[in-house]
Amino acid sequence: MLWPLFFLVTAIHAELCHPDAENAFKVRLSIRTALGDKAYVWDTNEEYLFRAMVAFSMRKVPSREATEISHVLLCNVTQRVSFWFVVTDPSRNHTLPAVEVQSAIRMNRNRINNAFFLNDRTLEFLRIPSTLAPPMDPSVPIWIIVFGVIFCIVIVATALLVLSGIRHRRRNNKGLPGLDDAEDKCENTITVENGIPCDPLDTKGGHINDGFLTEDERLTPL
Amino acid sequence: MAQASGLDPLVDGEDERPKWDNKLQYLLSCIGFAVGLGNIWRFPYLCQTYGGGAFLIPYLIALVFEGIPLFYIELAIGQRLRKGSIGVWTSISPYLGGVGLGCFSVSFIVCLYYNTVLVWVLWFLLNSFQDPLPWSTCPLNLNRTGFVQECQGSGTVSYFWYRQTLNITADISNSGTIQWQLFLCLVACWTVVYLCVIRGIESTGKVIYFTALFPYLVLTIFLIRGLTLPGATEGLTYLFTPKMQILQNPRVWLDAATQIFFSLSLAFGGHIAFASYNPPRNNCEKDAVTIALVNSMTSLYASITIFSIMGFKATNDYGRCLDRNILSLINEFDFPEQSIPRDEYPTVLMHLNATQPERVARLPLKTCHLDDFLDKSASGPGLAFIVFTEAVLHMPGAPAWSVLFFGMLFTLGLSSMFGNMEGVITPLLDMGVLPRGIPKEAMTGLVCLVCFLSAMCFTLQSGSYWLEIFDNFAASLNLIIFAFLEVVGVIYVYGMKRSSSPQGRRSCTRAGCRSSACSCPSCPPCGSQELLWFSYCPSTDRGGRTHNWREVQ
Repeated sequence: MLWPLFFLVTAIHAELCHPDAENAFKVRLSIRTALGDKAYVWDTNEEYLFRAMVAFSMRKVPSREATEISHVLLCNVTQRVSFWFVVTDPSRNHTLPAVEVQSAIRMNRNRINNAFFLNDRTLEFLRIPSTLAPPMDPSVPIWIIVFGVIFCIVIVATALLVLSGIRHRRRNNKGLPGLDDAEDKCENTITVENGIPCDPLDTKGGHINDGFLTEDERLTPL
Repeated sequence: MAQASGLDPLVDGEDERPKWDNKLQYLLSCIGFAVGLGNIWRFPYLCQTYGGGAFLIPYLIALVFEGIPLFYIELAIGQRLRKGSIGVWTSISPYLGGVGLGCFSVSFIVCLYYNTVLVWVLWFLLNSFQDPLPWSTCPLNLNRTGFVQECQGSGTVSYFWYRQTLNITADISNSGTIQWQLFLCLVACWTVVYLCVIRGIESTGKVIYFTALFPYLVLTIFLIRGLTLPGATEGLTYLFTPKMQILQNPRVWLDAATQIFFSLSLAFGGHIAFASYNPPRNNCEKDAVTIALVNSMTSLYASITIFSIMGFKATNDYGRCLDRNILSLINEFDFPEQSIPRDEYPTVLMHLNATQPERVARLPLKTCHLDDFLDKSASGPGLAFIVFTEAVLHMPGAPAWSVLFFGMLFTLGLSSMFGNMEGVITPLLDMGVLPRGIPKEAMTGLVCLVCFLSAMCFTLQSGSYWLEIFDNFAASLNLIIFAFLEVVGVIYVYGMKRSSSPQGRRSCTRAGCRSSACSCPSCPPCGSQELLWFSYCPSTDRGGRTHNWREVQ
């Protein structure tokens, strides 16, 4: 006499949970991609754990604390490891609204992922977008730090070079003022003959362009 | 008698001109100036587009008949006349001073935008010191459910380049604002350049040991790494497989000539400036051949490195394309994970197409061919900032490779900047623009400041459009005209006899008629050059004496 009850339950189950059912979500796992050699086999125990995690997520919703594991129905499990699931209400007559399930899963996505050693990419809830973790954003961008270091070194080196040039020039100027004075005195005298200064006569004859001069042209050949 | 008196008129009075500490500094400076960013991102692209190994034929022909002779002329007149570009041309003839002025102006303009490329390189270099690299992921959108829409459409690297670096506007008429991160990098770049050229060749001569040799070290490291990556051989065979029939296209020859011309950085005045600090007895013919050959060998070496890495990237992209298709199939038909290896994908797809075509048709499957990915060549900044940065992302230890790569680009560009800056500073020093009391450091500082203020326009949001305009119009045609005028000026005006050495004396130039014959007919714009040479050569015995402007006393 239990058999009719069993068939009834299975029939209701099949009605509530089937691909593209109302309020049903498809889940896809990529265990081998995530874990490689350490991949576990997906069996009914893993399914039980999944149902437990979903029930746990639903119990966190304020009006749904009475959700049990038996309210979460799984169906169409494939070799891909993908399946559909729905969450029914305590009466098991109809399913909970998709919006509630969606927000519950989103809030606890991290716990669900960790239970299966997976992440958002390898445990996919189709039609439930996950909240992505913000990227690591240090308060000061790293490039500014590197820039500051390099720029300080460059400024210090430039200042050192400029200062050493100034010091070098000052030392040179201190060493040679005596010689400069003597040369200036000689250059300032211009010989004057018949009222005509001699200097212009010397330079008026033409300007020697060294570019067109070869060595043997400087001296006239014999 | 001249020898007995011990006076060498060429050296007399020139002692105050700065000198290279040794020959190696001079060679490295010229090599550093010639070897620049174009060797990395222009030559491999040309090699690939124009039939691989076959392109080397027009390239070598252009090198021998155009590059080396022009280069030789520049080094010779610089060393002989011992002045910068303006002084040299004014010496040859006052009417040719404009050529020098033109070279000077082009050097100035190129300084501006070449350093802007260095600014971009510096920005990428600074951002490489983090793991994961900032261009590996998209930023998140506002409600953190996904990535920014623009980034998803264009790809992470393109987004980082166009949005987070340039913040580019839609077109050039929309200038936008100055990007402060690029502005900071601009300040840093010009400070680094000032630090290096502060005392002219005394300071660049010290830095050039590092900036000229470091790129070779990095290229070698990348070559070794690249050859060990999977897919390198596909890239190399694709690059070097010669396609001889492409040589029938005249465009190939023109591009080879253009490439060798710009690769050697001719007609900028920088080589003239470098050579002017040489002792007059230096053998500049050997230098010209050496430097030109080193430049071409570097191009070849760099293209091998680049293409082994591009081969790796293409193989990687091809594998990912296949994997995406396989995943779509597995997800749709619920096959077990990893049940379709890459080799069996075509057979499985055919089978599914036969049995369930409507389901397969709904899937977003892309056709994946390795050749398509190898064909995706790029040149210019696109190669460095988009294609190569993406390739580096997939290499293990990506930040280290990124730092090395952008460090190499920075030093390559910096050593070319030295040549450009010398092409600007040496003529100014020779002309005595500023009073003698003002030290050289102040003069170079002033030049760098003017360049920095002018280059600020490239840090606008529309800056890269302006840079493209400068790159296309400032240098290319002008330099070719200047080079033409240079050849005319030296051969016809200055006189070939002056360029040839008196018997028995080893002098700067050993060029006789023969070498000038090489340079005349082969320059691309020089059709009329041939005519000039044929008309002038028989009259060299006159020595061109009537052309000088020395007044006879």
